[in-house]
Amino acid sequence: MIDTLVLRGSFPVAELAKQTPRQNMSKTISDATLKRQHLSDRLFRGTTRMFAFIVFALLVGIIISLLLGAWPALKAFGIKFFFAAEWNPVTDEFGALVPIFGTLATSAIALLIGVPVSFGIALFLTELSPKWLRRPLGIAVELLAGIPSIIYGMWGLFVFAPAFQEHIQPWLIDHLSEVPMLGFLFEGAPMGIGILTAGIILAIMVIPFIASVMRDVFEIVPPLLKESAYGLGATTWEVVRHVVLPYTKIGVVGGIMLGLGRALGETMAITFVIGNAHQFSTSLMMPGNSIASALANEFNEATSDLHVASLIELGLILFIITFIVLALSKLLLLQLAKREGKQT
Amino acid sequence: MFSLYARRRLINAMNLTISMLAMAFGLFWLAWILWTLLRQGLGGLDLQMFTQMTPPPGSQGGLLNAIAGSFMMTSVATLIGTPIGILAGVYMAEFGQKSWLASATRFVNDILLSAPSIVIGLFIYEVYVVNVHHFSGWAGSLALSLIVIPVVVRTTENMLKLVPNSLREAAAALGAPHWKIIMLVTLRASRAGIITGLLLAVARISGETAPLLFTALNNQFWSSNMNAPMANLPVVIFQFAMSPYDDWHKLAWAGALLITFGVLALNIIARVMFRQKGARG
Amino acid sequence: MTNYALPIQDAAPDVRSAPTEKLAVRNLNFHYGKFHALKDINLSIPGNRVTAFIGPSGCGKSTLLRTFNRMYELYPHQKADGEIVLDGENILDARQDLNRLRAKVGMVFQKPTPFPMSIFDNIAFGVRLYERLSTHEMNDRVEWALKKAALWNEVKDKLKQSGNSLSGGQQQRLCIARAIAVKPEVVLLDEPASALDPISTAHIEELIHELKEDYTIVIVTHNMQQAARVSDCTAYMYLGELIEFGNTDTIFTTPKQKATEDYITGKFG
Repeated sequence: MIDTLVLRGSFPVAELAKQTPRQNMSKTISDATLKRQHLSDRLFRGTTRMFAFIVFALLVGIIISLLLGAWPALKAFGIKFFFAAEWNPVTDEFGALVPIFGTLATSAIALLIGVPVSFGIALFLTELSPKWLRRPLGIAVELLAGIPSIIYGMWGLFVFAPAFQEHIQPWLIDHLSEVPMLGFLFEGAPMGIGILTAGIILAIMVIPFIASVMRDVFEIVPPLLKESAYGLGATTWEVVRHVVLPYTKIGVVGGIMLGLGRALGETMAITFVIGNAHQFSTSLMMPGNSIASALANEFNEATSDLHVASLIELGLILFIITFIVLALSKLLLLQLAKREGKQT
Repeated sequence: MFSLYARRRLINAMNLTISMLAMAFGLFWLAWILWTLLRQGLGGLDLQMFTQMTPPPGSQGGLLNAIAGSFMMTSVATLIGTPIGILAGVYMAEFGQKSWLASATRFVNDILLSAPSIVIGLFIYEVYVVNVHHFSGWAGSLALSLIVIPVVVRTTENMLKLVPNSLREAAAALGAPHWKIIMLVTLRASRAGIITGLLLAVARISGETAPLLFTALNNQFWSSNMNAPMANLPVVIFQFAMSPYDDWHKLAWAGALLITFGVLALNIIARVMFRQKGARG
Repeated sequence: MTNYALPIQDAAPDVRSAPTEKLAVRNLNFHYGKFHALKDINLSIPGNRVTAFIGPSGCGKSTLLRTFNRMYELYPHQKADGEIVLDGENILDARQDLNRLRAKVGMVFQKPTPFPMSIFDNIAFGVRLYERLSTHEMNDRVEWALKKAALWNEVKDKLKQSGNSLSGGQQQRLCIARAIAVKPEVVLLDEPASALDPISTAHIEELIHELKEDYTIVIVTHNMQQAARVSDCTAYMYLGELIEFGNTDTIFTTPKQKATEDYITGKFG
């Protein structure tokens, strides 16, 4: 059983071992035990590998299934799908221009508002806030990310949109619709809901994501680097502007892309407040539609095959846009991590 | 010279003030939303909500079937997603590390982590609902589990990477096989972190609406049949809030209050728990 | 072929008088990727003695120790060539079962590594791997190991508490108890006291002294006084080479090599 544990005969210890009565506590390991162990090890490794592969295959599966589902629409409309504003279930004419525009416009507004605010928050949390306040404030910001998106939608529809319609929109229309070049964005009547409202609510939703990435990358700036700038008499703002930002710019952009990825795919909040109108308008005051909210609103009611396929194609487009944005963000953040690794 | 210095100080003060305003701006929305929820939702929060089914318009009712359905689907999704996520994470942290599969999975997982949840719903609709020809609690659970998996994969991998190698060596030095080292030592050492990630995942899916729209759909009545359309809080809230009826609005607000505070409580518990464990370990 | 089991308790006195070879290292070379970390090491480690490896950091003493249970195999790009013979068997042989080898050659590390489980389970973990004991036998074994490690009196009332709740010195003794609970033949100690305070260090050194009755002990240390205090034989290594190996007394009083003398007298290192 333990023939491999044999001691060479020439050693006196072996003699001694013969004389000493074997104790029942002495250890013997059978080959069968070892074999079983190796088998379970291989099995375990194989199982984990399989599940890792399943996760990997999910992405491929999603793309393939959406492609298959969208096939009729791809075949019927081809490239025209992207440029047609017509969306008519009755005549089976479908074009994605309005929802694509809505998705991009709302996300752009969200970033326009969200990025500076997130930057301010990250700056506050890393440089200004007293130590004891950092954690509670950090958690508060993260809670903003924890609120389910449907709550943002409800609150947006019932609370924010009316307030916006009454107090802010009239002012915007009065003052900005006359501005040359940009005026067209603010034409129309104050309706409360619309692309601008959806964009603002999206901004509130992406702020916590962008702010927490920014905070994290600001925190990796070596204290020595900041201290040497302070040592030269730089103000807090100058340190941030000339040391922290250049050092972390890749990470900051990565964080913004991450926020953009979130904004593009956001569904429920937008569905409540965007107005769900398949009409093209350049004014941000007007109702529009986004890819995600078109899906949420119409998918269960779509009857014709082409309508369903067109909606699935919308989903595919959304997935591909977010895929590209997220992949870019991931690459940027990876690059930052690599640089970070080299420097320390 | 002085004027330059004064100018720099002014710019500094201005920007720092703006930064503080940004912080206040963020907190302002949080406060406004929570206050709205309390004001609108507390009125509807009564015993009836937990004991009666969702009503037709114009009559009294509660949210019992929706709460139960949400609870069931969230549980099933967690039960499906957790083992898959943990095992995949184990492969990436303990076996694959730099293999192509681990790198590819890591990349894909990060994409899935932020993928639009409505597309996840669309995917389950395409591969499951279409093939069985009906909406069901199972489909809803599957969709939610696809949201749980990437969260669990990421936390498992990150937490396992934090386990010092000396612990693995110590277990290996006793002659322990690899799977026992992982199951009994390293996974145990990262338990607190993984549970935190799991709680955050549960918090996230309990509020998810979009992936349930085309999978679980909704059900006006009590049903514990996972193979039939199933009521759930988020979709009921959506439907009721979008309706023109006042009683439905009232119930929707009460449900919104319930779901938000539940989710936020989970978030806070997860963070506090991890912090305590982290400080001790 | 004789079935051999190491006598645990009563064999020591006889053996002490006649040291025998327990581990023989022959022409051992070790590479970390392209780095040649051990160069042609030849060494014979006596049974039931304490052998110390000393030398400046980076000299390869830990690397040598880690070849005795092939711990390096956990990492890619690390490779050992040559022979290490333990009880007549080359442990570097590819057919050698690593788990069996490690059950036979225990190891204690620089920093205490209690597992995230109770004190009792920490000890029982290794035992359960290869032995099926009744509850009663297991209790006995845990008590025996903790007593051996001079920890029993401090923890007997809190066996259910987490191993992490102990102090650093106690944790290290827990790790020693865990290593000897599986009844290995050789115990490798990789700077076991370097992370401990002087009192805990004294505890550990006493322990080493007692343990050599039953086990062959190999210790890596950067602390020369410690090597002088606890070991019977000492090997001085430098830049991956074995410079000198012999009785501790001889090495510390009349080293043959100039380099050894310089290191020991503190002229260098």
